[in-house]
This record gives sequence, C-alpha cells and structure tokens, in this order.
Amino acid sequence: MNSKHQYIDLYRTNAEAIDSGSAPALNRLRPQAAAALEATDFPVRGAEGYERTDVNAMFGPDYGVNIHRLDIPADIAASWRCDVPNMSTLLGVVANDAFIPSASLESRLPEGVIFTSLRRAALEYPELVANAYGSTAPLTDSMVALNTMLAQDGVFIRIPRGCRMSRPLQLVNIFSAPTPMLAPRRVLVVMEEGSEAQLLVCDHTQDCNRSYLSSEVVEIIMGENARLDYYCIEESSAMTSRHSQLFARQESGSVLMVNSSTLTAGNTRNDFTVTVNGKGCDTRLSGMVIASDGMHVDNSVNMLHLAPKCHSDQLFKYVAGGKASCAFQGRILVSEEAPFTDAYQTCRSVLASPEARMHAKPQLEIYNDEVKCSHGATTGQLDADALFYMRTRGIPEAEARTMLMQAFMADVIETVRMDGLRDRLRHLVEKRFAGKDASCSECHASCRERHTDPNND
Amino acid sequence: MDTNDKEIKSTDSNIIDEVTRGDYKYGFTTDIDTDIIEKGLTEDTVRHISAMKGEPEWLLDFRLKAFRHWLTLTPPRWAHLDIPEIDFQAISYYAAPRKKEGPKSLDEVDPELLDTFNKLGIPLEEQKALSGMAVDAVMDSVSVKTTHREKLAELGVIFCSISEAVKDYPDLVRKYLGKVVSYRDNFYAALNSAVFSDGSFVYIPKGVRCPMELSTYFRINAAGTGQFERTLIVADDDAYVSYLEGCTAPMRDENQLHAAIVEIIVEDRAEVKYSTVQNWYAGDAKGRGGVYNFVTKRGLCRGDFSKLSWTQVETGSAITWKYPSCVLAGEGATGEFYSVAVTRNYQQADTGTKMIHLGRNTRSTIVSKGISAGHSQNSYRGLVKVAPNADGCRNYTQCDSLLLSQHCGAHTFPYIDVMNDTAVVEHEATTSKISEDQLFYCNQRGIPTEEAVGLIVNGYAKEVMNKLPMEFAVEAQRLLAVTLEGSVG
Amino acid sequence: MNELLLKVENLHAGIDGKEILKGINLTVNRGEVHAIMGPNGSGKSTLSGVLAGNPAYTVTEGTVDFHGLNLLDLLPEDRSHEGLFLSFQYPVEIPGVSMVNFMRAAVNAKRKYFNEEPLSATEFLKLMRQKRAIVELDNKLASRSVNEGFSGGEKKRNEIFQMAVLEPQLSILDETDSGLDIDALRIVAGGVNKLKTERNATIVITHYQRLLDYIKPDFVHVLYKGRIVRTGGPELALELEERGYDWIKEEVDRQL
Repeated sequence: MNSKHQYIDLYRTNAEAIDSGSAPALNRLRPQAAAALEATDFPVRGAEGYERTDVNAMFGPDYGVNIHRLDIPADIAASWRCDVPNMSTLLGVVANDAFIPSASLESRLPEGVIFTSLRRAALEYPELVANAYGSTAPLTDSMVALNTMLAQDGVFIRIPRGCRMSRPLQLVNIFSAPTPMLAPRRVLVVMEEGSEAQLLVCDHTQDCNRSYLSSEVVEIIMGENARLDYYCIEESSAMTSRHSQLFARQESGSVLMVNSSTLTAGNTRNDFTVTVNGKGCDTRLSGMVIASDGMHVDNSVNMLHLAPKCHSDQLFKYVAGGKASCAFQGRILVSEEAPFTDAYQTCRSVLASPEARMHAKPQLEIYNDEVKCSHGATTGQLDADALFYMRTRGIPEAEARTMLMQAFMADVIETVRMDGLRDRLRHLVEKRFAGKDASCSECHASCRERHTDPNND
Repeated sequence: MDTNDKEIKSTDSNIIDEVTRGDYKYGFTTDIDTDIIEKGLTEDTVRHISAMKGEPEWLLDFRLKAFRHWLTLTPPRWAHLDIPEIDFQAISYYAAPRKKEGPKSLDEVDPELLDTFNKLGIPLEEQKALSGMAVDAVMDSVSVKTTHREKLAELGVIFCSISEAVKDYPDLVRKYLGKVVSYRDNFYAALNSAVFSDGSFVYIPKGVRCPMELSTYFRINAAGTGQFERTLIVADDDAYVSYLEGCTAPMRDENQLHAAIVEIIVEDRAEVKYSTVQNWYAGDAKGRGGVYNFVTKRGLCRGDFSKLSWTQVETGSAITWKYPSCVLAGEGATGEFYSVAVTRNYQQADTGTKMIHLGRNTRSTIVSKGISAGHSQNSYRGLVKVAPNADGCRNYTQCDSLLLSQHCGAHTFPYIDVMNDTAVVEHEATTSKISEDQLFYCNQRGIPTEEAVGLIVNGYAKEVMNKLPMEFAVEAQRLLAVTLEGSVG
Repeated sequence: MNELLLKVENLHAGIDGKEILKGINLTVNRGEVHAIMGPNGSGKSTLSGVLAGNPAYTVTEGTVDFHGLNLLDLLPEDRSHEGLFLSFQYPVEIPGVSMVNFMRAAVNAKRKYFNEEPLSATEFLKLMRQKRAIVELDNKLASRSVNEGFSGGEKKRNEIFQMAVLEPQLSILDETDSGLDIDALRIVAGGVNKLKTERNATIVITHYQRLLDYIKPDFVHVLYKGRIVRTGGPELALELEERGYDWIKEEVDRQL
C-alpha cells in the first residue's frame, strides 16, 4: 500500500479549509498536484535513486497536519537561540510550517528585499509569487506533488536586481508541537539579476521525544549573474524525519553554492537538483554527514548541465558510526547543448563501526565530447598510518581518531565562505565527534536523549 | 612445414587486408543447409529442442522449469538502453548446420563451414591450432568442431560441447549447471535456460595447469534465428585455465538475438582467465540491423585464494547488455574485470561488472575503458558490494570514458555498497574527449588523423589489452583501429 | 654509567603470517648511540615498527624490557609517554590536522599520563618556539597540516623537532638520512647531537655510513635475514662502506 493515499484523502476532504488558510497563488497548483500524486506513487525502497530510503515508511505513520492554521504555542524566542557568534543575521523562524519574523525584521531589510511569509507574499505580490512558485519543482515528482498539495505557507525571499546583501539571512526551522506532526515546508528564493545574498538555514527539533516529519521543497531561481550561498545545518532529533528537496535554476553567469551539514537527525533524505540553464555558471555543492546510533542520511544530487561553459564541483563526506546507514547518489548530466563543461564530484566515507553502512552511487551521464568530468567515491577507514604516527607521539587512540575525523571534514568546512559560520561549524563538529550534542548546550528544552560518539559502536 | 608456414602467413596478411578495409568484414553468410525449427516459443518448442538433442529427463525438467518461470517475467528496463520491443515469438530457437552426427574428424566437417571459419581467421585446422590453442566452434546453435581434444584428455582436461558433456559427463554437468546463474536470475537467463542449444564445457581437474588456451568461436549464421549458447567452466583445486571467446555474425537487416550464459566455478587456489573479443554485427551506419546481445556471465570463486579474471573487448552488437561478475566467496579470493567497450554509429552498450565480496580478505580490481563515437551510447554499470562479515576486503575501480564525437554519450553508473567497516573501496571515473594536443602532435609528425585516433585509442586501452592473451591482443588491436575508422568528428 | 635502558631478547615478529625478525638480541645502555645497518629487506624497519608498537606487526616470541617495563605490553601512545620516540622513515601526512593542534595534543597527553596539568596556550607556544630553533624549523610550517606539502628535508627536521619537544629517553631514527641533501643532513644530525645527554640513548637505523659521520655510534650492528649477525665498533661501519654487505651475506649464508 502506497502511503500517499492518506494524504490525498486528507486533501480531498479538506480542500476548502486548506485553500482558505493559504493564498490563491499557492492554491492554484493544488488540484494539479493532487492529480499528479494520484498518478504517481511515492517511490518504493529499492527503486532507482531510492535504494536506501523508504519514503513509504517515512510518510506511513499518522501525523497531524495543521491545515486549520491553529496557533500552536511555542515559546520560541525564550527556548531557542541559534546564535552564530560573530555573525549578525536577519532572522526569520519557521515554527513547524508557519513563518514568524524576528522583531523589526522588515525595517532592517534593504529596500526592495522581501523576506517574509510565503502566504503573505502571495497575497501582497501575487504575480511575483505565482510566476516563481512551482517553476523549478516539477509536479511529476510525487514528493513535490505532495508538498505542493499540502503547503499553505512557507518563506518567500526576493533579492531585487543588483542588490548585494551585506548581512546574511537566517532561517531557523523548528519543530514544536504537542502531537506528532507533518510540516509541509516551502521556501521560494528569487535572486534577481546581479543580486547577491547568503542564506543560512538551521533545522531543529524542540521536543526530542516526539516524532515529526518535514516535507520540504526549496525553490531557488538564480537570475543572470546572481550569487547565492545557501547553507543548511540539520541538528534535529532521532525521532525527526526530513524529506527535503532543493530545486535551483541558474541563468547565465550565476554562481550558486549549497552547503549541507547533517549533524544530528533521525531519518533524512536530501535531494539537490540544480539545472544550469545559462552559460558561464558556477555551481558548488558540498555536504557533510556525521551519523551515529540509528541515523539514516541519504543525499541525492542531480547536477544538470544544459548550457555551455559552466563549471560544477561536488564534495560530500560521511562519517558513519553506530548502526547508521548512509547513502549518496550523485548524478552529473551534461547535455548535447552544454559543451565546454567542467564537472567534478567527490564522495568520501569513513565507516567507524562494524554495523555502519554506506551506499554510494556516483553517476556520469555525458552527451557531449567537449567536457572534462570526473567522479571519485571511496569508502574506508581512517588512515591507519596516520593513526599509528599520532600514537607514537603519545596521542591516545580515541583522541587521535577524533582528531582525524575532524580533519577528514576539514575540506568541506573550508568551502564555507562566512568566517563566523565556519568557526561555528568547526565547533559543532568537534563537539559532535567528542560525543556531545553541541546544540543542546544552547537549548533550554528538556531532552532526555543525547547522541553518542560515532567513534564508538 | 615450410609450405604450411607460408599458408598461415598469407592467410594472416589477407586478414590484415580485410580488417583494414573497414567495413564489417565478417558479414558474409555461409551457404549451408540448416535445420531450423519453426519460429515461436512454447512448452512444445522446449520439449522439441530437448528431444532433438536426446537429452536426459533431468535436463528437460530444468528447461521446463526455466521456461515456466520465464513466462512470468518481463524484459529488464533499468539499463541505459533504448531497446525496441522484441517479439520473442518471431524467433526460431534452434538452428543447426544439417548433419545428423557430430563430426569425428576435420574431414567430416562440411567444407563450406570450414571455409567460413577460415574466413573468420579461426584456426580450426589442427596444424594451425598447433600455434597453441584448442578451439570449439559454435555455428548458430551447435558446436561444430572441437580441436585438440585428445591431447587435453591426456591431462584429464575435458573440453567439449555442452551437449556432448551432457551425454559423456552427466554427473559433472548436473552438479554445476545453473548453480552460478540460476534460471531465476533474470529474464534472459531464464530464456537461455529454457532453450539453450549448445556451448562449451570445460573441466580442469585438480592441480592441472591447462597447457594451451581454450577457445570458442561463436557465429550466428542462419537468418531469423537466435543464439542461446551456454558455457560452463569448472576449475578444480589448484587448476589453471585461460579461456577465449570470439563472436561474429553476418550482416542482416533484421536484428538477431543472442542470449548466452557463462558459468564459472573456481575452487581452492584455482585460477580462470576468461577473455572475450565480441564483434557481433553492430548494424549499419543508420542503425539498422545488428545483434542484440543480452548475456549473463558470472563466476563463483568458491575456493579459498581462488582467482577469476574477466577481460573483454566489446566492439560489436547493436545493443550490449552484459555484466561479467565475480562472487568472491572463498577467503582471499580475487576478482578482476578489464573491459574495453567501443560503440559507434547507433550502437548502445550497457556493460560492466559486479564484484560481490562475501569472503574475508577478498580483493577486486575493475578497469573499464569506454570509447564512444557517432551517435552511440556507452555506459559502464557496476556494483561493488561488501557483505557484513567480509572483513579486510579491497576494491579499486577505474572507469574512463573517451568521447569521439559531439553526438555520442558516455555514462558511468557505479553502485557501491559497503556493509563492513574494515573494507576499503575506491572508485574513480573520468570522462573527456580525445586530446587535441595528442592528435596535433601526431599530425605534425605526419600521422593522419584517422591513424592517430587508432594509435591514441589503443594506447588508452592498453592497460586492458595487455591482459589479453597474445593471440587475441593483436586481433583486438586491429579491431579497435578498424572499428574507429571514420568515427572522428 | 652503564645503566640499562633497553633489552631485547630473542625477538621474533612478522607481518601477515610471514616472519621477518627471527630472534633479535640487543642491549642499549643510557648514554649510548647504536647504529643498526643492513641490506634492504633485512628487517630494519620492522624492528623499529615493532619497538614502537605498530599494530601491523605481530610479535610471536621474545621479550623487550624498557627501563623495567615490559614494552610489548604497552600501547603505542604509552610507549611514547614512557620515553620511546620513533623518527619515521616516511613521516605520515595528515591532511586537515594542523601541526599546532597535533603537538599540543601530544604534549598534553603526556602531561596527563604523568598527572600534570595541561600547558597553557602561552606556555605551549613558548615551548614550540624554543624547540623549533634546534632544527631551524620554519615558523610557518606550524600552521600547516602535519607533514602535508613538506619537502623531504622539512619532514625529517619536523621529526627531530617533535623529538626535541617530547624529550624521549630512547630515540630510534629510522633511515633519517634518506632523501636528505648534505645541508639538511647536517641540520638534522646537529639537532640529534644537541639533544644527546648522559641519560638518553639513540638507535640509528641506516643503510649507509654517511649519517654516521655526523652521529658517532658507540656500537654498530649488522642486521641480516632478521638477525643481528655482527656487532662491532665504529670501524665496522667503515668496513661496510668499503666492502659492501656481500661478504657478510656470504659468510652468514654459508653458515646457514
């Protein structure tokens, strides 16, 4: 039984309520999305691209969806600080699927910049939102169809033509609900011609003892010569599932960097689909996964080169301990229309415990001879020679391992172009490898659970 | 002796001439009376084939089980191939050169047939076979002649057609048949298990190093037929054998189906080298005709410290779907896969390997070189799997793709599954076009572009070509050069 | 004087089931310099690896006493704390781990072993500065990853620098001269000599006599086929330089 049916039923019986809690620009696609979902099942585990992630099991349980837009009390400001030291950001919070701007956010935004609730944006700038919404995420993908069918709100960001943001935008996604909940999260980013911005997204779960599921679709539209750095850090909980899909479309000369760190999570699937539509673009995708206990983390990249003279680079690193199961799929497609493409990909994994698993599937699909493409994937252990060398200098084995694992992640962290964030990530990784859940020290919520060191079994 | 030597040389130079002419030189048909059974596949067809071959009851049972299972299956669609609908009822499942008894000596072999194999450059004649190769030639579905059998028998080596083996060594065949590739394995394996006609059987007894290369040449001749041969190789403890397989087919407008199975069992410390030069008819420049090559090849390295090495040079077939694999079950077993796959015109190839590490300290190496030209699509697809209890395993994979035209495709689809934390698995792949610097350098030294491409490609493929036995290496090199003529641009 | 530091008795060890050391006997007193020479493949690097505790090797027989401790029972890191230092023939590159972090971890692990407080950042940096001077090591190397992108000479100087920081009682220099030009050799050997005291000892493993011009040995041992087949004074090294190893090989092979 495909678990999509409960969601289709939910929509069919509550279509009116869902629409009334949203906006016409979003409602417009809902019937199409529902029809598309009827036509296409959720992928089954083992299907191409879903070898290790069971979407049906993820979406099978009975989660609540806040279709009536109830105000779920969450004392966010008091209980959560997602502070990056030495970094001052323009902050917005998404509690479950509702956007809450930080105090005086709007007054601090440069002129023409929009950073607000997707629903509000859809009401205030219907044309702007309608043109962009659903323009990169195809409804033929059943997971996109589900999100489009249910999403009532989300986040809208527009950086106007030529605007170079000096301060980074930050978005904190928090799960906070008294019952198990599914949050359809939707982010729409429009980078107009020549604009520049940095966006940091942090995922957290406030109550580690309840199960939550996010169905996230992020659409990024990169105008000509636009530049965007998109950072995403997941520090949720063992009972949090996340199905996240990022779709980006790049026009000529645009530069996109996406950096994803999965530090603590339950069951996570991240898709990154980047379509390079204009010539002379640059794309960098990187990811870091530290998985312990029973974590499942699956990253899937689809790098589509449809225009000439572009460059893309992918770097993903995994350390899997405990009983963690990890997966990576990375596809580079170079079409006949994309000569002079340079596209590279590297995936390196360390298995740190006997029961950890790694599944890697790098793919090259090349339809053009004017290319330089390569991929490399390795799965192994920490360098035994380095470990011995460190021990002969008196560094105890466990400490040497931790140092080597941090060092293993160093080049992914180096790709981060914000100094404060880079230091913050180093700190988080260090804490993580030392067996401490760094985020918890700054969180006042009471969680019984602590993640253990991936070093140990 | 002198005259013989001269004959051989002149034949060789003829071959070189033929080869360098560029078109598919093996595309002549042989005018031989052929027994072809009616087109179509039913349970009766299977019974008919079995009865014609005078098979024992257990083998008929095996075929029928396979056939019934096949009926429940549909052709696989996951490969990066555009496979037209194949009407499996429009194919004749058995074609044999008309001879009631198998030939006892060369004199009994139909001269037309001998001539065919001579044209192919296959040393069927004993004296030519002195060059150190024992040959089993399979025309359409039936093994026509196995050379050197007596000499091999002295060592206890069995090398004969699989039909003969069923009659002469039923216990051996029954013990191993279908044990590595079950009829349930996939659609084409089920089909082959139901209707396989002939093929080679090799058994190397304990401790014997087979002194000569064993070789099978396959040829599809009759029109509207399929070829479904089956090869079974068993290397007992401490045995060694090098086995060569060559394939050709005539030019025909319609597509011909080839669905073979190769099963190999390697026992303790034994080693098998399996080399293939596949040059089935690839279709014409417009993509009409050509062989559909759907092959299941798998070896089980059952013994400790056993070794299986696959080397393949794939230049032919309209569609190639094959993944010669190693199941590394014994401790310290080694699997190797070396492949050169060339596609041009509208050819499609989806080929690679599977290395399944089940035993401790098992090792595997994969080197794949893809070369695409014209409008062809060339894919590497491979699986490296390390089972939870297989400690200390190593794999190294290198996949390179070379693109020779702007309309072709080169793809790489590795699947890497590691379930043990002591494994080290490395995969590297690159895709690029042929180096213009190298071409220009050759041109400047007076080497024309066509020739330069041949040179460069041969250099690029050398790592794999070096793994071929000498006799094959020369042929394979020529084949590469010829295949690529006119493919630059 | 003549206080015992290291006593190796009948040491057998190998790798992957293959025996390489076939009964080594060696006694080193404090204040002594021993040279171990021998042709390629005689087991020189295996010996240093086994003494430092490389888990790749398996000891099958014999004992090693290190100032009263059973050395073979100790973890590699504890051997280091107890004063054993191995200068690697091929110092390992560790991308992503900076020299500073690496050395601080090493120094503080040793202090912890002896129940001492970790060094403060200032104290640690001061220590680094002092010790760097001994081998004329460039300050900028400190911010780089361990041995990554170092030249051959820099790697070896870095080894001696680490030796200076860790102040071992027994230093094993495994082919420290390999890959060094004459200037680098002088600096490295100078560093070793500066660190030499009455209380510590050095084992120099080398293929050539060259290094012994700079580090004068008290004893020279010839290792061949996993055994020490000859022991002598400094003159033995000169004889080997002149006559090669073949005469010893022949003599030994005749006896076997």
